[in-house]
Amino acid sequence: MTEIVNYIIGFFLLAGGFLSLVASFGVLRLPDVYTRNHAASKSATLGIMCILLGTFLYFYIVHGIFNSKVLLAIVFIFVTAPVGGHLIARAAYHSGAKLWDKSVRDDLKDKEKYDRQHS
Amino acid sequence: MLGLIYRVIKGPTTPDRVVALDALGVNLIAIVALVSMLIDSDAFLEVILLLGILAFIGTVSFSKFLEKGAIIERDRNR
Repeated sequence: MTEIVNYIIGFFLLAGGFLSLVASFGVLRLPDVYTRNHAASKSATLGIMCILLGTFLYFYIVHGIFNSKVLLAIVFIFVTAPVGGHLIARAAYHSGAKLWDKSVRDDLKDKEKYDRQHS
Repeated sequence: MLGLIYRVIKGPTTPDRVVALDALGVNLIAIVALVSMLIDSDAFLEVILLLGILAFIGTVSFSKFLEKGAIIERDRNR
């Protein structure tokens, strides 16, 4: 039983480390702010949730401590990370950061015209 | 983490730096969790929650600052 649990914890920790590595490479290599933001927010969030889940299982099963603060932290990060990513992307657009020159769609560009037509 | 620090220092625009700082905070949470597993102590687990909240507040205030230039708006100008 405890051997299987050890393998599960190890799998969670390795998956979290791999996802964080992917997020770091994405932030380094992608061309503009929006794609970098996508890499950072999604991949780092999933990696952090894997690592915290592994930590929770470790303390619960190996030591018998039910630590509700880790569960609360998982829920909090899961809720707030997309909100933070969205806010940063919107602020970057309004402060005039350029898109990558190979991007094909810019829906926010003619938002004002659309608003004027439909009001 | 080194890559993220590189992006914080080098990053061409300010939103780049904010994105990298947010990801740095999130990675710091992971490192705290791993250290607390490594030394078998559950005393550090409050730090995880605190760092999560601080990273989120920092991101939100930075984005408000980038968008309007004022962090706390006052609408009562009469």
